[in-house]
Amino acid sequence: MNQSQEWAPQAIQAEVDALKDKPGALLPILHALQDRIGFIPEAAVPIIADALHQTRAEVHGVISFYHHFRTTPPGRHVVQICRAEACQSVGARQLEVHAKARLGVDYHQTTADREITLEAVYCLGNCACGPSIRVDNSIRGRVTPEAFDELMDELQTRPLEVMG
Amino acid sequence: MSIRVFVPRDTTALSLGADVIASRLIREATARGQSITLVRNGSRGLAWLEPLVEVETPIGRFAYGPVTPGDVTTLLDSGLLEGSVSHPLALGPTEEIDYLARQQRLTFARIGITDPLSIDDYRAHSGFCGLEAALQREPQDIVEEVKASGLRGRGGAAFPTGIKWQTVLDTPADQKYIVCNADEGDSGTFADRMAMECDPYMLIEGMTIAGLAVGATQGYIYLRSEYPLAKEILDEAIRRAETAGYLGDDLRGSGRTFHLEVRLGAGAYICGEETSLLESLEGKRGLVRFKPPLPAIEGLFGRPTVVNNVLSLAAVPFILAEGAEAYANHGMGRSRGTLALQLAGNVKRGGLVELAFGTTLRTLMEEFGGGTLTGKPLRAVQVGGPLCAYLPESQWDMPLDYETFAEVGAGVGHGGVVMFDDSVDMAEQARFSMEFCKVESCGKCTPCRIGSTRGVEVIDRIRANDNREANLTLLHDLCETMVDGSLCAMGGMTPFPVQSALKHFPDDFQRAANGDRS
Repeated sequence: MNQSQEWAPQAIQAEVDALKDKPGALLPILHALQDRIGFIPEAAVPIIADALHQTRAEVHGVISFYHHFRTTPPGRHVVQICRAEACQSVGARQLEVHAKARLGVDYHQTTADREITLEAVYCLGNCACGPSIRVDNSIRGRVTPEAFDELMDELQTRPLEVMG
Repeated sequence: MSIRVFVPRDTTALSLGADVIASRLIREATARGQSITLVRNGSRGLAWLEPLVEVETPIGRFAYGPVTPGDVTTLLDSGLLEGSVSHPLALGPTEEIDYLARQQRLTFARIGITDPLSIDDYRAHSGFCGLEAALQREPQDIVEEVKASGLRGRGGAAFPTGIKWQTVLDTPADQKYIVCNADEGDSGTFADRMAMECDPYMLIEGMTIAGLAVGATQGYIYLRSEYPLAKEILDEAIRRAETAGYLGDDLRGSGRTFHLEVRLGAGAYICGEETSLLESLEGKRGLVRFKPPLPAIEGLFGRPTVVNNVLSLAAVPFILAEGAEAYANHGMGRSRGTLALQLAGNVKRGGLVELAFGTTLRTLMEEFGGGTLTGKPLRAVQVGGPLCAYLPESQWDMPLDYETFAEVGAGVGHGGVVMFDDSVDMAEQARFSMEFCKVESCGKCTPCRIGSTRGVEVIDRIRANDNREANLTLLHDLCETMVDGSLCAMGGMTPFPVQSALKHFPDDFQRAANGDRS
């Protein structure tokens, strides 16, 4: 997830201009912005609305309809836990309780160190090898509470940067 | 000569460490002075054996699994590269693994065998034969072939594919579209994902044939954002197909046109409903449309549109290449061909099982699945996704066929089979069905939007023994209202799992939420 402040209006405008002529351009634009910035900044709404000849309310309505789009910056990693039936049958409910306790956050929240944002997801298509979680773009299967802790330790540990 | 070793790269194999295994294999083989060629194939669909490593020998491919990174050294020590069967993880010749040998793989004939992105591999395994045949035929001829195959929509609604195509063919328009519904949101289903990750050209070929059949020149694959790897693989496959002349303005020199693009959803389950999907493709909120007009007449951007599931489109190349009869010879009654079943949840041997219609659930869950993963008795099974019924043991001997299941109020859906052992609390599962609908309802109609919220509350009161009997009556009423009054299947079918839990597992509603009988 790119954490640099690349959301200057010019940068947003460039992303929007590159895609605005596609049929049904709004979702591709929102994906492009979120992939680049990590979320959809408030400042993007009028720029998109203007380019697509829509009202701000229409653009806002689309952003808020879809679970995938966020309007606040996420942590350095987004961790999604599958809550759907196939994973429930092999312990996803226990895993989600464990994960919330381990990270000290609920769904849609970010750890105090800004490392991890926790989200729920309904199926990752890995249903024969659950419980499944997604860490950014990678999916992990058969995640026990112990495996979850190991993974979080890896994600939350960063090498010290030596000051020059 | 360099030995070919196969390490799958589908989501399931990767989720269990396939990348680490692949790099260790190369490193350790090189250190031993052995030359290997690593092929990142698709998965064979034997999820319980993933990561499944294969080695090519003069007498065929030999399998090893489930492999962990820690096994690489001992596998090489014991003669992996010669196909030795002395290692505890050795499974012998891949094709002879019972789970695979007993299947009838028509749609999934190639998965796991080929490198998903290799057009040469695809062609070497009968790929593009259906398209070559279609390019020689008139649109009406192609539609007739699909009709004769008896193919019905594999997304769950089971509408005859050929009839849908006929409607689009018969509707004049300046622009028509082929839309692939790849918003595979049902828990317990992963066959679409496997088709896209393991054999993407099959879907591209099926969509191109659909385009030729109805006169559409533009296709969209509406893919859920939960499938990042499928997106990456499809994008690359489309790029390569364009370069090779299988997509674009002049399909294989025929002068015919078909363009294809992948569009990502954004985490809305409702967008698997076809009209909601079209709204989303148009860049709007995924609100369900009223029908009629049917999408086949007024679909994407108001134009005639074929909306088919991945597996419906993926079945088409076989039908055109081998003929409708070859496909229709499989199956039972009005359910022709094969069904891709997905064994999931609490199952010992989960994976993809493609069989002709007519198998029983018990055969599937016991002979293929091997019972539960936990080893506890199997108690309930949900077939067809979160909008379909939970089935008790008395219903496990029905043959899997659309009509038989419909008769008892159950659904085959997209073929997902989610197994639960006896630790499951069916009142909790019923509550989840309502909660899921509450999270995912598009909000357009009241029974679904408000009904699901009230459903969660009523089930909570039942579980808390708060006026239990009156609330059970209320829950039955609420379910009926949602079934009768909702605009689409989201609100209209959410009660099915709830009602089935009430009917077949009533005891679970008579105890407190903490599990104590009261």
